[in-house]
Amino acid sequence: MVPMSWYLALGAVLFTIGAVSVIVKRDILSMLLAIELMLNSVNLTLVTFSSYFRELSGQILVFFVMVVAAAEAGVGLAIVVLLFRNRQTVDVDQASMLKL
Amino acid sequence: MEQLFFVIFAGIALIGAVNLLLRRNPLYAALSLLTTMAALTGLYIMLKAYFIAVIQVIIYAGAIVVLFLFVIMLFNIRAVERQTDRRGYLKWLALPFAIILIGQFLYIVRLFEENPTPVGTEIGFTEAVGRKLFTAYLLPFELTSVLILAAIIGAVVLAQKE
Repeated sequence: MVPMSWYLALGAVLFTIGAVSVIVKRDILSMLLAIELMLNSVNLTLVTFSSYFRELSGQILVFFVMVVAAAEAGVGLAIVVLLFRNRQTVDVDQASMLKL
Repeated sequence: MEQLFFVIFAGIALIGAVNLLLRRNPLYAALSLLTTMAALTGLYIMLKAYFIAVIQVIIYAGAIVVLFLFVIMLFNIRAVERQTDRRGYLKWLALPFAIILIGQFLYIVRLFEENPTPVGTEIGFTEAVGRKLFTAYLLPFELTSVLILAAIIGAVVLAQKE
């Protein structure tokens, strides 16, 4: 039997790696990927609590998180395409002026 | 036996995440994220969340990461790699941040160390999830479709040519 804290620790470590990636990376695609990693680690934590406490609401919440992640990826990548078309770069420091 | 599988899947997930952190090329970062997601699918099955495991593969690995890969294909990766190096000072910002964050997390996780309720009755089947989704969570579920519609319209409006 795997203790519950193992899953929670794995989720914590994955979330930290994702947060560090958001800070360290400077191209917007890698930052969006790191945000997806953070969402995944939160999903793991929710499923862990849901399974160990036998409460299904956590898994419903994971479903909604996935829907929001899909919407965020669609709009975010549209913004990335727009940025690259206008600036020929994906560096976030080149897009700090709130206008194209 | 179950602990062995946990260690295997967790190791694969951590390797993928660290690879995402270290790679500068977004293509490799996306593929290592795919590795992490596959390993998490195994963990979801171990937690008996079968429905979540399936939609993890279909939505995350099948839709979101593939969308990322298509967008990455539109760019000149070599130019991206050349433009975005040389910011070493961010490492020294990220390191104390990571230490504080992981310290806080593990401090909280320690509270759940004693008497973990074993995973007994299987609750993650599709029928149970669907029943709950369409009764107790019907309104959020319907609002989700409005959110998706807004995202579709937003993406189309943003990405169209003027």
